[in-house]
Amino acid sequence: MAVQILRDRSRATVQKVVLGATKEQGGTRSHTIVVGGDAALPFHHFEGEISRPVIAMEVQDIVPDWPEVLKDPFNDVINEPGRWAQKCVAAYGADLIYLKLAGADPEGANRSVDQCVATVKEVLQAVGVPLIVVGCDDVEKDHDVLEAVAETAAGENLLLGNAEQDNYKSLTAACMVHKHNIIARSPLDINICKQLNILINEMNLGLDHIVIDPSIGGLGYGIEYAYSIMERIRLGALQGDKMLSMPVICTVGYEAWRAKEAVAPVSEYPGWGKEVERGILWEAVTATALLQAGAHILLMRHPEAVAKVKENIDQLMASNAY
Amino acid sequence: MALTGLEIYKQLPKKNCGECGTPTCLAFAMNLAAGKASLDSCPYVSDAAREALNAAAAPPIAKVVLGTGTAAVEMGDETELFRHDKRFYHETAIAIQVSDNLSNEELMAKVAAINELQFDRVGQHYTIQAIAIRHDADDPNAFQAAVAAVAAATRLNLILMADDAAVLKTAVAGVADRKPLLYAATAANYEAMTALAKEFNCPLAVYGNGLEELAGLVDKIVALGCKQLVLDPGARETSRAVADFTQIRRLAIKKRFRSFGYPIIALTTAGDPLAEILQATNYISKYASLVVLRTAAKEHLLPLLSWRQNLYTDPQVPIRVEEKLNEIGAVNENSPVYVTTNFSLTYYSVEGEIESTKIPSYLLSVDTDGLSVLTAYADGKFEAEKIAGVMKKVGLENKVKHRRIIIPGAVAVLKGKLEDLTGWEVLVGPREASGIVAFARANLAS
Repeated sequence: MAVQILRDRSRATVQKVVLGATKEQGGTRSHTIVVGGDAALPFHHFEGEISRPVIAMEVQDIVPDWPEVLKDPFNDVINEPGRWAQKCVAAYGADLIYLKLAGADPEGANRSVDQCVATVKEVLQAVGVPLIVVGCDDVEKDHDVLEAVAETAAGENLLLGNAEQDNYKSLTAACMVHKHNIIARSPLDINICKQLNILINEMNLGLDHIVIDPSIGGLGYGIEYAYSIMERIRLGALQGDKMLSMPVICTVGYEAWRAKEAVAPVSEYPGWGKEVERGILWEAVTATALLQAGAHILLMRHPEAVAKVKENIDQLMASNAY
Repeated sequence: MALTGLEIYKQLPKKNCGECGTPTCLAFAMNLAAGKASLDSCPYVSDAAREALNAAAAPPIAKVVLGTGTAAVEMGDETELFRHDKRFYHETAIAIQVSDNLSNEELMAKVAAINELQFDRVGQHYTIQAIAIRHDADDPNAFQAAVAAVAAATRLNLILMADDAAVLKTAVAGVADRKPLLYAATAANYEAMTALAKEFNCPLAVYGNGLEELAGLVDKIVALGCKQLVLDPGARETSRAVADFTQIRRLAIKKRFRSFGYPIIALTTAGDPLAEILQATNYISKYASLVVLRTAAKEHLLPLLSWRQNLYTDPQVPIRVEEKLNEIGAVNENSPVYVTTNFSLTYYSVEGEIESTKIPSYLLSVDTDGLSVLTAYADGKFEAEKIAGVMKKVGLENKVKHRRIIIPGAVAVLKGKLEDLTGWEVLVGPREASGIVAFARANLAS
């Protein structure tokens, strides 16, 4: 019997979100990056336009409490966020920089708002790629820090996070006033995800300025929940649900490197094999699995994992039209 | 896409003889549709109708078995395109490839390493399923020797890979009782390969150069009487393979396209082992029932097998552990006691961190219906009364001399109530499992 290729026609596409702004657009980035716009399920080039997923490498404003294997590649720059970001872009090909202002944490380094803003400026000056900036997960401190960052970087069209269900108003307002994009983070729950998008949109921030963080689990620790929620988000977007139509961002590096399997030395777990490549793969497999579920922006850490995932993205972006 | 009673009724003899035990053919058809009757009880149904009805009742993707006995692995028999619609059932089988070009020592060393690929993590045991022996040598006799040597050295299932049916035949004769998968029938050799698969009653892989050729070959092989098939559409680039696998799965499930109603085999091609694992990750995600790899390093396989396990879990059932007092390390009556929920991800995160403290400890897993700490608390399933009850149930007061218990930081509010109920001192631990080592260092002098 002859094979009749099955093509699902979608009613709508994933929302396009532009990150960064060039000089002409009021910013200082060397180029902008567009995420989203897909008209089909991930990598189904045979039935619709597919956007290229991008990788943002993580940089922090303080020396992070990371395992050695993760700090080693950055040992020469880890005290200087600007140079660290430069290395990510120049040496490792990061599409974007994901700056986490972990040092703002009042329980930790408790860096001041001014210090945080200075770090953002330092990174903006050091690299030409668009920036993602998130706070330290302390609600009150983040409120002050992110507002100041939004104001200082007005015109740069940053991606700022995280807005959550109980705490989205001030960040949404800051993004509107200073023209940035927002990360809407929901706790592995598609209903809350949608509700948060509605709430943010009701404050009049356009749908083309919102990126969904569905919260993920790392490989081995609940990744399948995120996988299924992301598949449902993409299916919803293609069926025309505007409130699920935003691009998706995934905290891959953070979740993957939390796992014991990513870092435990082979001396302690001889049955698991050598830890260096095991850790790199723990991050890269987390990213690869989520790409198949519809990830648009991968937040990653290890340069080797980044390189392998980029190569995988290249292969998946080859046309498979019939 | 099961048939309705009326569709079945059209195929029945409509004699209303009642010999099946049901007064009318229509009532019998309704029972058939509901799975309450068997077609065998109708003495008059025609062979053509029987075949049509059996075909319609067959699953969209056939179940194909590789191997025999306890090592046997079922492939296929899937019903969904997305796991959230129900679940994926039969985990992708993983095979490691070896070549008959290797010297006997090299081959035995490789097989020994492959036999070692067994993993324990979070209370689960992961294994691989097969060794694939590939005929690359110039000497046709090398294949038979390699297959015999591998078969003797492993209990894993076997996949025999050779283009020449005559070469394959020399090897299969000695291991037919292991029910190896024969790889592969092609446009050039399918008649001989099909004859071989029938003679030795082995599953057969079908290689087509593209979907169209594959479907045509499958039809010809099925017509020759072989039905335990595994499909290889020939794609070796990741993107093309993902598209082809998706089409095979979609056509089988949504269109009941019989030529594609079989499990899929994927062969990786990336030279770098890390890239190879990512290629395999794509294939496991996108419907491969069998993936043949080359790397056999533990550090490469553990992440891949973890992804397979995650993808194939039942989305409707939270994975949980038993409610009990668990011992981590060589505990004694002075060991600290932690409490957490029985959601397996929570439990194993906590267990792993406690292990890292190097302080032998008790960990009490409270049955919260498999919910994590905060969700269980919000749902009223992780309350002070509940914890106090479980402490009593497991006889905690007889296990330790001290009267001190550590609760998760996320439910610090339970401290007062739990102290009142039990008279024990309640220590509030960290919010995240990752904080346990630092917590123990600060609070639990060993």
